[in-house]
Amino acid sequence: MATKQKYETQPLKCWGKAKEIRETFYRDYARAHERGGLRWAGGAWTFGAIPCGLGDDVWSITSEPYAASIAANKEFSMRCLEATERAGYARDLCSYMRNYWGSVILNEYLWGGPFPRPDFIWQDHICCSHAKWYQVVCDLEPGIPQFCIDVAVGPYNEITENRVDYIVGQMHDGIAWLEGVTGRTYDDEKLIQAVYNECRSTALWAEVCTLNKAIPAPLEEKTMYSLYVLGTLMKHSKVVADFYKELRDEVRERVANQIAAIPNEQCRLMSDTQPPWGFLSLFRYLQEFGAVSIGSLYTFGLIGMWEVKPDGTWGPRTTPQEQGVDIKNRDQALRILADWNLSKPEWQHFYSPHLKTDMMVRIAKEWSLDGVMLHYNRGCEGLTVGIAENRLGLIEAGFPVMTFEGNMGDEREFDLHKTMTRVDAFMETLGVKK
Amino acid sequence: MITVGIDMGSKTIKVVVLRDGEIIGRGIELAGFESRAAAEKAFDTALQSAGISKADIDGIVATGAGRKNAPHTDRDITEVGGDAKGVVNLYPNARTVIDVGAEEGRAIRCNEEGKVLDFALNEKCAAGAGAFTEAMSRALEVSVEELGQMSLRSENPTPMNAQCAVFAESEVVSLLHNKTPKEDISRAVHDAIASRIVSLARKVGFEPDVVFIGGVAHNAGFVDSLERALECKVTIPENPEYIGAYGAALAAAES
Repeated sequence: MATKQKYETQPLKCWGKAKEIRETFYRDYARAHERGGLRWAGGAWTFGAIPCGLGDDVWSITSEPYAASIAANKEFSMRCLEATERAGYARDLCSYMRNYWGSVILNEYLWGGPFPRPDFIWQDHICCSHAKWYQVVCDLEPGIPQFCIDVAVGPYNEITENRVDYIVGQMHDGIAWLEGVTGRTYDDEKLIQAVYNECRSTALWAEVCTLNKAIPAPLEEKTMYSLYVLGTLMKHSKVVADFYKELRDEVRERVANQIAAIPNEQCRLMSDTQPPWGFLSLFRYLQEFGAVSIGSLYTFGLIGMWEVKPDGTWGPRTTPQEQGVDIKNRDQALRILADWNLSKPEWQHFYSPHLKTDMMVRIAKEWSLDGVMLHYNRGCEGLTVGIAENRLGLIEAGFPVMTFEGNMGDEREFDLHKTMTRVDAFMETLGVKK
Repeated sequence: MITVGIDMGSKTIKVVVLRDGEIIGRGIELAGFESRAAAEKAFDTALQSAGISKADIDGIVATGAGRKNAPHTDRDITEVGGDAKGVVNLYPNARTVIDVGAEEGRAIRCNEEGKVLDFALNEKCAAGAGAFTEAMSRALEVSVEELGQMSLRSENPTPMNAQCAVFAESEVVSLLHNKTPKEDISRAVHDAIASRIVSLARKVGFEPDVVFIGGVAHNAGFVDSLERALECKVTIPENPEYIGAYGAALAAAES
């Protein structure tokens, strides 16, 4: 580590609770049937609040964070990837998808035992891989009923009532479908509470990220990965919303007391897209230079919901509760849920890299960054397409950019040593010394 | 003031000795498996050629892929920093540096002070570096020097869609089986690497003067391919493989 100790650091007090929530999530899913409950699978982007109306004994697994956890376990990940390749699927497909399929094919759950087969699949189509992901799962695990919502209605700045209607209509159909496949009666009150929770947790996460504008940054990105992930698991749950409130309060306290993420902060960076999960030590390497990655559009905007505040800066989106909105029925709840999710920053760049560049330049300016590290992530076409365009936009805006190639979920496509060498050169160009 | 730069390259280790900015000694050794011992040898050769002893040296800076393993050094700088410093010192009008060594190709955009503004490196694959030409010369059963000269005699350029050294080698074998003249295959090899290097240069937004350094700058065939791909002439210093070490020695004088 760099010797220049400038700031006090402290571990997060709520760290243990974050770990516990994550572990409970995966355990609950696996044991759902033992407790007479239901299991469902779907992407982290899916409208997870909706199945909450089936009861409190319904547990889910979200496929991308599950696959990211696999990727961090190199031995198991390699077996999953190879199993998928043996089954005939190409190596250049989404690496989350390949890890997940491998776990299904091997019939091995990362936390032990056979892969817990879901009772139904509840998915939405945010990218080409998400559209095919569970189609293949249904081939591998025949007989699982699946419902998918098409969300391709354009960027939020072009949203119209008709487009929201298109999504809400599918949601209504989906609820009827859920009742049909589970034989349960849908409880609108549980849906309404889940929507409130989702708005609260995602706005709170954005607030946590906003607090990272402070110098020194109270959080660094490697830690943030372990915190934002809770939103990718169950952003609609009270547990996560309450946890994010506790986290927000603690981070506020850290800012007030200048408690830093790293003791030697002298350079502020952001990254982009999912990192190579098996090599998060890269972020520790940055710290040797006193470089802190304050987050990324990915960590901020996959779960966080944002809006432009009256002073022109980015901050957490005002929730329906804060606006005094009282959700009275199913349709209203679904409409709020659809509108809320369509404003997700990470959703926008599926439509134009320029929308993403604008958001990235905003972060670079408002979070006082010295440079940007872009991961040309071969594992995720959805979030990586257009990244070279983002690079040009950031350079034009005056921010130095380092790029590195890798893969979030396939360690064969990442070279840690070479990337560290690249970091050395980038730090040197920024004039940052250890 | 006497300073030394040691470039711990992946294939060769180069050492440059400067007295008040002027080169007074040089040494080079194959890195092999014992790169530190090889560096010691190159260091001794350089000191001998300069007619000095270690006690005369005011500062030593290392660069190159193995710089953390360099002997005698006070500190190290990256290859990118060393290249830019060395080139701009020799050629004040240089704004783009292209360095193709054994394992890495890189393009660097810099300002008049030698400060790096942007850089791009080839990725995991060595298809944009000197190791690629060596692999291809083996496939063609000629020396690397011959490969370069043969390329200049090509009369019927053949496109080659090489994305990696392994695929390229099998493509070379196919071309040989199709009775394609070695001259044309050689040209195809150099054009393929040049296109990869030029894409790095375009990424950083290259502008003249372009200075080409690194061991591959000795390959006349590659230089020809590079200039055609860049659509401009490149400047090649004398002893282009020593420029990284020269930049490191200059950095030692600054510290």
